[in-house]
Formats: sequence, C-alpha cells, structure tokens
Amino acid sequence: MRLTLNIWRQPSPASNGAMVRYEMTEVSEHMSFLEMLDVLNERLTGSGEEPVAFDHDCREGICGSCGFVINGVAHGPRRGTTVCQLHMREFSDGDELFLEPWRAAAFLVVKDLVVNRAAFDRIIAAGGFVSVSTGSAPDGNAIPVPKTSADRAMAAATCIGCGACVAACPNASASLFTSAKIAHLGLLPQGQVERFDRAVNMVNQAASEGFGNCTNIGECEAVCPKSIALENIARMNRDFVVGAFTYRKAAAEGGAI
Amino acid sequence: MILNARIPSGPIEKRWDTCKFEMKLVNPANKRKFNVLVVGSGLAGASAAATMAELGYNVKCFCFQDSPRRAHSIAAQGGINAAKNYQNDGDSIYRLFYDTVKGGDFRARESNVYRLAQISVNIIDQAVAQGVPFAREYGGMLANRSFGGAQVSRTFYARGQTGQQLLLGAYQALERQIGLGRVKMYARTEMLDLIVLDGKARGIVTRNLLTGQIDTHVADAVVLATGGYGNVFYLSTNAKGSNVTASWRAYKRGAFFGNPCFTQIHPTCIPVSGEYQSKLTLMSESLRNDGRIWVPKKEGDKRAPNEIPEFERDYYLERIYPSFGNLVPRDVASRAAKRMCDEGRGVGPAGLGVYLDFGASIDRLGKQAITERYGNLFEMYERITGESPYSTPMRIFPAVHYTMGGLWVDYHLMSTIPGLFVLGEANFSDHGANRLGASALMQGLADGYFIIPYTVGNYLASTAAGKLDEGAVSSAKESVEARLSTLLQVNGSRTVDSFHRDLGKTMWEYCGMARNAKGLEKAIGIIQGLRQEFWKDVKVLGAGADLNQSLEKAGRVADFLELGELMCLDALRREESCGGHFREEFQTPEGEAMRDDGKFAYAAAWQFQGEGQAPELHKEALSFEYVKPSQRSYK
Repeated sequence: MRLTLNIWRQPSPASNGAMVRYEMTEVSEHMSFLEMLDVLNERLTGSGEEPVAFDHDCREGICGSCGFVINGVAHGPRRGTTVCQLHMREFSDGDELFLEPWRAAAFLVVKDLVVNRAAFDRIIAAGGFVSVSTGSAPDGNAIPVPKTSADRAMAAATCIGCGACVAACPNASASLFTSAKIAHLGLLPQGQVERFDRAVNMVNQAASEGFGNCTNIGECEAVCPKSIALENIARMNRDFVVGAFTYRKAAAEGGAI
Repeated sequence: MILNARIPSGPIEKRWDTCKFEMKLVNPANKRKFNVLVVGSGLAGASAAATMAELGYNVKCFCFQDSPRRAHSIAAQGGINAAKNYQNDGDSIYRLFYDTVKGGDFRARESNVYRLAQISVNIIDQAVAQGVPFAREYGGMLANRSFGGAQVSRTFYARGQTGQQLLLGAYQALERQIGLGRVKMYARTEMLDLIVLDGKARGIVTRNLLTGQIDTHVADAVVLATGGYGNVFYLSTNAKGSNVTASWRAYKRGAFFGNPCFTQIHPTCIPVSGEYQSKLTLMSESLRNDGRIWVPKKEGDKRAPNEIPEFERDYYLERIYPSFGNLVPRDVASRAAKRMCDEGRGVGPAGLGVYLDFGASIDRLGKQAITERYGNLFEMYERITGESPYSTPMRIFPAVHYTMGGLWVDYHLMSTIPGLFVLGEANFSDHGANRLGASALMQGLADGYFIIPYTVGNYLASTAAGKLDEGAVSSAKESVEARLSTLLQVNGSRTVDSFHRDLGKTMWEYCGMARNAKGLEKAIGIIQGLRQEFWKDVKVLGAGADLNQSLEKAGRVADFLELGELMCLDALRREESCGGHFREEFQTPEGEAMRDDGKFAYAAAWQFQGEGQAPELHKEALSFEYVKPSQRSYK
C-alpha cells in the first residue's frame, strides 16, 4: 500500500520543530508500524538525510519505550496496543498519517519523536515501592493474598510507563500512571504499611513535576496500551485524601498520633 | 594460565555457607567510602545496585534506555523457578540442581548450580515482600506451573508477564535507593570502555546518548549486568538495543570470554514474515503446557490446519519423547522442529513453521481457562499475525533467544580482571550448554540480590585500591572518542542495519541451530570480509554531539562483527554436540546431541591477544561429583 507520512522533525530540545512530509510506497500489511519507519529511515540514510529518531526497544509492547501520536491518538488506532505492536493492516492504501511526539510540559521533546520521561521515574522514587531491603522477607506463603486482590493488583501492575496517558490527557495529567502503582501496592497486604504516605508522596511528586490534575475525562484509559482502568484513579484519590488528613511525621513526640 | 574458579571445598550443600563465612566483611561505617559501578539495570543490575546501596556502598548505575525500568528482562514471559516444593510434588533443592545440570547437558559448574538452587527460594520470598503480584490459588497461596525440562511444578508466574513484574520489583527497590540519594542513576548512558589500572578494573568510559558527552567514572569495583548478545544474529527475541558492547570492551581489556558459541534457540517464536522484519517475538514456553505441537504427516501438505484430520497429524514430540512430550527442553524441541521442516513437513508460506494447537485443551478445559492462562499471549499473537489461536493453531518456529555464553567468572562472579564482576546473562553462567525455561530470571536475581553483595564486599575488604593513574584514565577516554569519530568519518554507502542483517544471516546459517566444520570456516571468512567492508563503507549520518541512534547502532554492530567470529571459532573448536551447540558431525543415530566428555568436559575461556591476532583458548575443566554425566534422555 501507499501512505503519506507527516512526521514531526525537531533537531534538538531548544530548536523549533516542523512537520515534514514523506511518501511511502510498497508498505506491506504484515509490517509493524516501527518496521515501516525502519524502511523510511534506511531510505533517508541512503539519501543523506538524518533518520527519524524514535524510542523503541523490545518491540513486544512491554518495555514501554515506544510511543508517539498517530493522527491525534496516542499509540494509534488500535486499542490496547503500543505502536511497536501496531501492524500496517490497520491502515488502508492512500492514508495520510500525522506523527507527533507526546506533548506535555513535563515531557520535553529531545529530538523528533523522542521525549524525556524521567519525571515518571521520580514519581516512583517518591514512594512507588515497598520498603523491604534484601534479606528481610518472610516466607512467600506466610501471608496469604486473596486471589481477587492479587489479580486486581496484577491488572494495575501491568502499566508499562510509556506516557500515552499523559499525552492523551488535556490536562497532561499523570494520574493514570501514578494511580496504577498506588493501586497495585495498595491492594496487597505487603503494601499496607506505607499505603497512605505512598499516595501523598507520589501525588505531590507528580504535581511538582508539572503534570496536571485529573478531571475525569477518561482519554487516558482509552489510549492505554495495557487498558489500565480509570477506577485506579478513584482509588488513588481515596488513599490520597486519607493520607493527607492523617499524615504525621513518623517520630511524633510522646506517642502522639 | 590456569583458571582458578575459587570453588569452595567440602560437601556441595555447605559450599556457599562456607564461602560466605570465609569472606571478609566491610565494616558498616566504611561501606560508604567505596564506590561501585553497576552497568545495566535489568534483573541482575537493578537488584545488585539496590542491594549494595541498601548495604551502604556508594553506587552509580547506568543504562542505555531512558529509564532503568525498560531493561530487556521486562520481556520475560513465562516464570521463575524455585525449589519451594509448595506443590508437594517431590521437588527439592537437589532436584532443581540436578535438573539444571542435566538440562545444561553437563557443561555447567556443579557448585554454582547448587548455590543457584539454594538461593532460588529466597528470591521468591523477596519478590513477594516487594509486592510482586504472583499468580495465586483461591486460598491465597502462591500458584505454580510446570515448564520445559522439569517433571515438577516449580515455576512461579505473574500471568505471561513474570519478567515485567520481577523487574518492576527490582526497579522499585532501585528507585527507592535513588530517592534516598544512595544510588546515582545514569539513564541514556552507554558504557563504551572499561578502565583497567594496575591490572584491576577501576572504572568505565561512558557516552551520554543525549548530548554525546564522553565521561569517565572511576570506582573501586565494576559490575557488568549488561545482558546477552543474541542480537549478533540480527533477528532474535532480544530487544533492539540489546548488545555486547560492554562485555566486548571488557574482553578486549583482558576479561576472558566463556563458551561464546552456546546460544539458545527458543522453539516457540512467531515465524519471520518478510525482509523488513526487525525482530522476532517469543511466545512463552508455558504455552507448551496446554498446546500440542504437530506437523502434517504428508510432505508439502498445504491444506489449512483445520482441514487436516487427526490421523494425518504427526504430534512428533509426543511420539518421539513419550515421557516429556511437548515439555522437552528447548534445544531438543527446536531441533525437532527443524528436522520436521527439513523433511518438508513445515507449515506456513515458507514451510518454516510447526503448529502449536490449543484445540484439545480448549475442548477439555474450556475457553475461559485458556484465556486466563494465556490471554495476553493469544492477543499478542493475533495482533502480529492477524490470526486467532482460539480457532486456528499458532504457527511457531525456533528463534535465537538467549546466550548461555558470556564473560567467564569464578564462583565469586568475578571475571579474570580483578574487580570486574559479571552478573546475569552477561556472564557465562550456570546454564551450561542449554538453559531450562524459567531459569534466567532466577539466575539474574540470585546473582544480584544474594551473591554479589557478599562477594563484592569480600573483594573490597581484601584489596588495596592502588594509585589512580590519571594518564591511563584519559587515554581510555581518548580511544573511545577516536573510535566514534572514525565511525562518523567513514561516510561510505551502506547503512549500519544492512551490515547487521548480513552478519545475522551468516550467523544463523552457519552458527545457528546446526553447525559443521566446513560451514563455520566459511562463516569466519565471510565475517572477516564483512568487517573490513564495514570500516570502509559504513554510512553514519549526523554528529557525535547529540542523540544519534545510527552512531549508537554502528558502535554495537562493529562489536558484533568481532564477536561473531569468536563464536564461530569456539563452535569450530568444540568438536562435540551439547545442548544448544549441535555439530552435525557429532550426533547419535537418532539425531540427538552426542557429547564427548573425554575431550570437551570443560568451559572454554577465550583470551584476547590483540587486533588481528588469534585469541587464546583456556580450559576450565568441569568435574561432576554429584550428577553423573549421561546422555540426556527425555524419552
């Protein structure tokens, strides 16, 4: 099939970017979207034009490296699918596509379709863990976990941290990402000890990174390649409220609570 | 040179305890005075960095991805083994040890494997405590499943995303230490050389992939956890960025390379669909629990699978290996699939595929149960191929998946360069000539959480750092800069990928699932020619001072072009068949691998001798005191 691509080209974070048009011929329906860009890049390199920069690694939809906006939709038209797993059979001969990087104040464009998502790591560093140092764990079966809790925790934990939720949100909110981790750990007995402090610390970190607030629009859930549910945000908000009202420094004087 | 693996003496079940007791400790107050570099942030790297920071060492951690969470461990699907015997089905540490030594076709070090089996139980405890959401039974207890090469259920799993969940556990532990200021993380930073001073590993040279800046980091010990080198084949199940550069640079600085030819070809991957193919996708081995593998009995049968009646199907694994059936180890299953295709009974457009059929299991257990077990894998298959495995059998074919070879390490996981430790898939490891399913996650985490924190401490406590030679540090940096500018200046006519694809085809054809002397000799010639052409005719656009993905690839492919030759040389020298290394000249009448324990019961350790010189082979003799070598039989 033939396709027309309009791709955001921006040489560096400080420079201005622009859409550049490329014509693609002989695109096979069995190619993945990134393989189609590989073909373009081989052609560009051959003709002396710098290839299009885009993040990618596993190409199995699990590492979370890849992602850009195709015709206004993060990760493109197929639900529950990252761009690396999107195949060209989703498109038709003659389609014109517009490819842009994630756009959010907290995700600066590095080059072309590559953005800086380090803010996500800092949100996790603020509390997205159970504080258990190596060696201090009890036997794995010492604490039974109801299957439903484990399954729901697993569903939230499948988040790959790609950033599509932020790109799709009109507020550029990181709520779906943040809530997925808060829900994953908060649903398990192992995560109870730090549950409310975790919510407060992670939400505050997200705010200080420049992500917006959630206003229940739901675009994030619609584009999430792992179909992380909006319900996690409700859970995060509950934990945040409890945490915000009950938060005390650990070493309160005289046993005060 | 005699390789000293520093294996403790005494009964095998006491060796690790003895070793731990005899190791020197670093006083808690002194730990912060030591700097340790961890390169790589996968299961081994992240767990090592986090654990050493918890102990109090100053840790710097490096990864080339934009976040440590993206390391390729994340893609592991099936599970992690542990000798918990929660299923009461006769498992034990000794049985896991036995299965792993046998599965590795008697080319692994017994003591290391035993320790791995011992530590396996601690890994599960640690991961559960971190909140890894393993699958559970209704009573709340951990669930298990069985995996290739084992007759007990000892594999713990989190749907088909076990690697992801274990990596996120380790990543979260790492982020906790980063937040506490005990680990300094360098993402999008690639190690391009090792700094060796006074015969000891003292630092690394890195390139910031965003700014192109070259830096040196000096430390008291260097830990490489940089994964495997399956991408030498161009098409593999590895992530596109997975590369051998860190290990190869260390090799050229004096670390021996162990068993480079031991490559695992995974039996259940989605077949290649065209020239543009950029990578291969694995379908978890766990699918073999409920899927039956077959090909048509007739050659060249082009009917749709559903039109082929039961009596015209050959369930060849069940036929040839009745006791293990579809659950034979990976090397056996891969070779059997190749044989079927060589006989002209392969399926799919190119005849390079076999069916993995869930029809019988869906009839027996219901669609719901199958969805629960493999739903995400079925979806992935459908996204890639456009076919639903619920109604049409999957088509699968073997693909390069894992490399058992890697830098040679002793029992302390230290390479032949003092102060350079190598973990996970990057070392030549505990898997011998073939890795069993669900053992890679186990080994990466055992190395990182439970071995390296002790052995690095022992090294630091017993080694004087020595003087820092600023001249040597800056010359390492200059050689890295010179190499990069050479790559940018060649300005030839061929892209990096085109060289990589040619290398991959050569490796797959002559050093893949079946190898022979003539082919390997031929491959060495082809690779040498390709390498010369690369340095004359490669085309890398752009500059060195910003994000330049072509330049990154060029450096990695240049190293693969050297590694490929060493792999062929190693395969040529090993005149036997064992595990994933199958020399056509050495097979039993039934076509199974035929080992030669008299001549080849050793780990090959190759030493770099200088550019253009043949590397020297050293041998670490392997002795089997507990598991008596026999011909592996899964019949």
